[in-house]
Parts: sequence; structure tokens; C-alpha cells
Amino acid sequence: MDLKQRLENVSVIGAAGKMGSGISLLLCQEMAFEQVKNPNSCYTLNLIDTRAEALKDLITYLRTQMQKVAEKQVVKLRQLYAENNDLVENGEIIDAFVNTAVSIVCPSQTMAVAAKSHMVFEAIIENEEIKASIFKELKTLCSENSYFFTNTSSIPISSLEEKTQLQGRIVGYHFYNPPAIQKLLEIISSSNTPEDLSLIALELAKLLKKKVVVSQDVAGFIGNGHFIREGIHALNEVQRLSEKYSMTKAVYLVNKATQDLLVRPMGIFQLMDYVGIDVFQKIQRIMGSYLSGENFTHDIIEQMVASSVLGGQYGDGSQKDGFFQYEKNRMAGIYDFTTQKYLSLSENAWSEKEDKELGDYPESWNAWKNLMKDKKKEEKLATYFVQLKETDTMGAKLALSYLQKSKEIALKLVADQVAASNQDVDDVLLTGFFHIYGITTV
Amino acid sequence: MCSFRKPVYLTAGYNTISLGTGRPEFHPKKPRPSLEDYIKEAGQGVIQQISSAEHIDEGVISNFMAARFNRQGHLAALIPSIDPALRYKPCTRVEGACASGGLGLANAIKTILSDLADVVLVVGVEVQNSVKAIYGADYLAGAGHYASERKNGHAYFFPGKFADRAGAYYEKFGAESTREAMAHWYAKAIENARTCPQAQEYHNSAGDLLKLGRKAPNANGFVDHLNLFDCSKVSDGASAMICASEEGLKKLGLDKDKAVRVFGMGQAEDDLTQAPEDQTKLSTTNQAVSKAYKQAQVSHEKIGVLEVHDCFSITGILALEAAGFAEHGQAGELVKSGYTKRTGEVPTNTTGGLVGFGHYTGGTGIRQAVDICRQLTKQAGDSQVEVSSQRPYGLTISMGGNDRTVVSLVLGKDT
Repeated sequence: MDLKQRLENVSVIGAAGKMGSGISLLLCQEMAFEQVKNPNSCYTLNLIDTRAEALKDLITYLRTQMQKVAEKQVVKLRQLYAENNDLVENGEIIDAFVNTAVSIVCPSQTMAVAAKSHMVFEAIIENEEIKASIFKELKTLCSENSYFFTNTSSIPISSLEEKTQLQGRIVGYHFYNPPAIQKLLEIISSSNTPEDLSLIALELAKLLKKKVVVSQDVAGFIGNGHFIREGIHALNEVQRLSEKYSMTKAVYLVNKATQDLLVRPMGIFQLMDYVGIDVFQKIQRIMGSYLSGENFTHDIIEQMVASSVLGGQYGDGSQKDGFFQYEKNRMAGIYDFTTQKYLSLSENAWSEKEDKELGDYPESWNAWKNLMKDKKKEEKLATYFVQLKETDTMGAKLALSYLQKSKEIALKLVADQVAASNQDVDDVLLTGFFHIYGITTV
Repeated sequence: MCSFRKPVYLTAGYNTISLGTGRPEFHPKKPRPSLEDYIKEAGQGVIQQISSAEHIDEGVISNFMAARFNRQGHLAALIPSIDPALRYKPCTRVEGACASGGLGLANAIKTILSDLADVVLVVGVEVQNSVKAIYGADYLAGAGHYASERKNGHAYFFPGKFADRAGAYYEKFGAESTREAMAHWYAKAIENARTCPQAQEYHNSAGDLLKLGRKAPNANGFVDHLNLFDCSKVSDGASAMICASEEGLKKLGLDKDKAVRVFGMGQAEDDLTQAPEDQTKLSTTNQAVSKAYKQAQVSHEKIGVLEVHDCFSITGILALEAAGFAEHGQAGELVKSGYTKRTGEVPTNTTGGLVGFGHYTGGTGIRQAVDICRQLTKQAGDSQVEVSSQRPYGLTISMGGNDRTVVSLVLGKDT
């Protein structure tokens, strides 16, 4: 069965969640185009979730997003509908496409509807036991030639395979958040994965216009393999600095240095807030359970989760409070570890005073947002890093040791054969984390 | 063709801002002035320049597609909203696609000539940012022939039509040299718009305009032979002015020095259901302009300031040929030579034209006449150019659809 045939009936488990809704949108878009091209076939996208209300919101979301897709692709759609004389205006063609897209979607609260699916995508909570029980149920429901794609970001595929007896019919398909926008897709096979499934996985990724990086089947893979370790390093730095500063100030300084001086889109603690501190903890635990000889727990994370300071996002995509407090997705306050309340970053020019602690930035420094689209960014960054190394400030030292650690983590992923090459690690960080320079090349 | 039986004047013009992308006050998700607001602003802008609205005998409103852009028909009855003195005055709405403005003036001129009125207020308006451009393209496509053209037309219907013309012109006269001329057209449009605070591109501060204009067209995202800089803007706005007899000017207390006289008016239509015979020529424009020249007893050699309908840069170039300023295939060289720049022999589209000023479709033809009037009466502010005494007349070309309705006016000082 080729990919086009498999696309006729697809299910997404956990469809109404943050990742599931994005994956649903990507699939809905491709399947809707196929449906228009093949009007005699009946495409079905089962959107399965336990939450009825969230499923309703998902349909509204898909309708709105499909309208935007149609508006952008109306030149292509006019060609696809060229033979249909009832559809003349752009508006009519766009409406027809959106209606087709919504018509293939079947929301459901029961897994049974996945029975006829040739491909099933799972995007539920990052918990191995729950994922395994879902796949066991799917195994009994679906035909023997159906394939399963798990959006796990850390659980080894071989382990899921063993627990579910899926015997090579499951691959890791790790989308980055938000899946509809983020170009990176980590694909993870096990030693049992048949060539057919590997090829289908790659072909689908191409159809979804994703940048694929293949990771070895090691807990955390490349993305979290790097991020979690770097996060733990940042937390250790906070503890080290808290001997001189307060914990709160240390979090602020490390975050600021990792954003500004490492020229990244956000600082490490803002990124943890974005991912969710509880999600970070879950992945730590999974990695800890599979990778011996390395400590994956951290007091600060345990403390934050115990205090229910979790970060993550609300249903509308806005940022929840974590290490930082957010107003309209901008950092407005910082978590005070002593009072367990948020300190305003602007009150009494709090952040301005703390910024001085990092010292002056090198003359050639530019913010990430200014360099991101700069055609000469490589040149400018090379000059900057040379200057950074010659700068004798607290900020420069902090940034350089962090950079060194980040690079070591990356090179170890290659040495441990989790990543096939330095380039693969760089690609994950460049695409999935929006870095603007390859960490292995610094 | 004989000249008018009595003098007809145009004066007291008013142009609102042309609002749309490029204007700092424009944000697609924020509230904007409505159709009614623009009609009032432009109408009242005229009334402030005259002795009393009581003297206005009739109103004409030009608009193309409010019925779809704003779901509003019956626009003639919006004229009384401008001023209480206009209640119960006869008002008419005219529509001729993008030539609606020119057509409004033509109707006002005919009313003056009929002796039924001495003063006519002409307002032209369009509010197009009410929908995304992709839907606006559907509405604007109504200027073509829906039954025979829309289904097979491009998603962006008119860019598609004029891309076809550009393609034909490239084939006949060379793509590279034509594209270069189109880039020069764009640069001139922006340079001129920067002199006019109401222009949509007034704030455009791009450095290398020619480089932008030279950008290669992208058929996947847009159309095959035009880039976005070749196109006029999606605009909201209105223009208004007074059309009056000599008696009317007196009643309004207006000086002839501040008015222009209509020396020639040419109007022409061609069959909407038929495709142009020659894609490289604007034959209807040529007909209308020739009539206007003939009535005014002038040739292009007497035209010192020009307003052409450059809905696309290629259209501006074709219009120069249709109006006699260049032989067929030669207008590109003329543009590149600087002939149409503000310092050139015949300054053209001195506030930016449709590409630079903006194109609120129903109002554009009136905006053109307002700008020519200001140039000839030296009221053009920073946009003022030197009009050679050897070339004392101004010419407007208001074109609708794919060269299907055209109104052209020869305007001059009444000496």
C-alpha cells in the first residue's frame, strides 16, 4: 500500500491537544488536496480525543486554518477546480475547498473509529505506560498492515515496540511545537522497522514539507538529548551563581545571557517555560530511566513542579507563567523563589539594574531578531564571537562557558551515535530551536 | 467635433488620504473610515472652498463596486449626508469600473451643458480594504466580462489581464528593455508620491527604487509578467470637485484663476464581451484621447502635464503611446529618458499615479482632474511642477477594465 492509499484513512489520537491539533492540520491539508484531486475516493481523517469540548474547538480551528491555506493557494486551487464550472470566483473556490477539508474530518471520542485507518498518529501525553496502552488497543483494532506514528520526544521506540508487540510497525515522528509552522521533524526507527515504513515516513515528511533529521533510538533523541542536558547545565549554573546572587537573580542573569550573548531567540528559562516545566521534568525522568550513569533530576525543577509553577501554554497559545510571568506573551515578571510570587521586571527598573551585572556587550553584538534575516550574519557572528572571547565581563564568561558546554553536549550526541553527524545536531538546533549558527561550528 | 456651446470649469478639488498598505495609519485589523466617512470628508472638503452648499444644483457620485466591497447600493442618496443643503437635490450614481471617476465628471459636464444646472458636485469613492485582496480580486473582476472571462481568468484577475498585455509587449518589443522601463515607471511613481502627503506611498523610504522595480515576476505566487511593484495599490479614499458654468463659478464666489476649463472631452467604450484585438495597444484609450484632442483642437504637443491611468506600470507605458507621446513600441525609451519625470518635458502622474498615490477605483478619475487643476493653477504644493508655456494644457485618461470604458479630458487655464 503506497502513501497515497494510506492517506485515504488516517487517525490522530490526542488530536485536540497542542501537538495533535497541529498534526491534524497538516494532515487535513494534504488529505483535502488529495480529496479534490480524487473526487471518487472518500478520504477520512479521524480526530480522536477524550475531550468533547476541545474537539469542537479543533474543528473551528481547522476551518479557520484551512481557509487561510486556501486563500494562500488559490492559484493552485483554481487549476484543480478548472473543470468545475459551478466554481468561478476565488471566494467560491476557497469555500469549496474548506468545505471539502471539513467534510473529511470526523471528530470522535472513541478509539474504535481508528479501525479502518492505514496510518495512526499518536500525540498524547509523554507517558510511556499510557502510550503503550493506547497502542495495544490500536493493535487489536487496526489491520495488520496499518502503521503507527508516535510523536514522542523522548521514549525509545524499541521499548514501545516491545511493550505493544507492534513488531516494527511503529516509528517515532517527533514534530516540533507548533507542528504546522515548525519545519523540523525527527524520525526514529527501531532495528525492526521495515524499509517500507521508513520510506513511507520519509515520503510523508516530504509531502508535509518538513526538514527531516533521523535520530538513533536513544531516549531523548537529538532534540531533547541536547535541550534537557543544556537545561540541566543552566540550572546548575543558577545554583553556582546563587552563592553570590539570589536564585531569582541567577535565573534572570543566565536567561539573559543565553538569549542576548548567545544570540538566541529566547533565553534558556523562557524556553523551559515555553516547553512546560512539567514536560521538562517528564522528559528528564524518561531519559533518566533509560540512560545510566548520568543524573537527570534537578532540585529546582522538582521544586517548581511541586509548587505548581509549570509554564506551558493556554489553549489559545498564550504563555502560562513559569520561571517568568507573561503579559501578552512578553516577560513582565520573574519568579521569586523566596516569596513564591512574581517580581515585576519593570518596577524600580529591576531588570535594568540586573542587566548591568552582565557587563557591556561586545561592540559587534546584535540581537537575534536583527541578525535572523541578515545575509551577512555568519560574518557578523564570527566577528562577534571573537570579540566575546576577548571580553572580560561576568556575562561574557557565563556565556562562553555555557557555549562550550552546549557544544560538548552536541559533540557527545555524535560520539554516542545518537546523531549521525555534527550537521544533524546543528540542523535540529537551527530548525527546531531557531538558532542562527551551528553549535558544532563555533 | 464642435467645441462646447459654453465654457465648463472644474475647481475646488479635494482628495482624501489614499489608505491602505504603506500608510502608517493603516492596519488591516483596526477600524478604518467607512464609505460614508470618505464621501463626507471629500464632499465637505469641497464645500469649505465655496460660498455655500446651497448653490450646488446637482450631485454625481462615482463608484465601482460598493455593492460588493461594502454591501451598499443606492449611493446617490448618500450625497445629502454631506451637507443638509443637499437634501432633495437631484443626485446620480455612475459606474464605469475604474473609469467611474472620469465618467462622473463627463456626466457633470453634460449636465452643465444642458443648462439644467450651474453647479454640480462630483464625488468619487471606493473602500476596498474591507476584504482581503484575494476576494477583492473577485469584485474587481466585475470590470471584465464575467460570463466569458472569469472562469478561465487568473486568481488575481486584472493583474492577470495586464500581465498578458505585458507579455505580448515583451515579445514584440523586448522583455528586458520593457521591464527596465517598468522599473523606471515605478521609481517615478514613488518619487512623485513622496511629494504628496495624501499619497499611499508618501512614507515610502525604500532606497533603491529601480532595484525593487526590476524584481523578477513570480508566476507561482502572483502573475507571470508583473511583480508587485508594477501594480497599483488596494486603496480606500475619495476625491471630489466642483463642475460649474461661468455663472456657477460666480455664484460660488470662485475665481477663474483657481479653476481649469474643460477644452476637450472624449469618451469611448468598446465591447466588453470581446478580447482586445491587439494586446500591445490601448485602442479605446486612443479613441477617447483623440476625441478630446480634436475637440480642444490640440495635439499631444500642447500637453504639459499628464495624468494617465497606470493601474499597472505597463498600462502607463501603453497609455503614453495611445495618447500620441510615443510611437508604438517607443514609450519605454521615453520613460527611461526621463521625459515623464517631474523635471521632464511632460511631468506625468505628479502625485504618484495609481501606483504611487493609490487607486480608490471609483474616485481615481476625479483625483486625476483635481491634480491637473492644482498643477495648472499652481496650487499643487510640494507636488508642483513647472508647466511649460509651450505646453499649456493638462490631459487626464480615466480607464475602466481592460481598456473598455475611457474618459479623457483636455484641461487648461481660461485666458
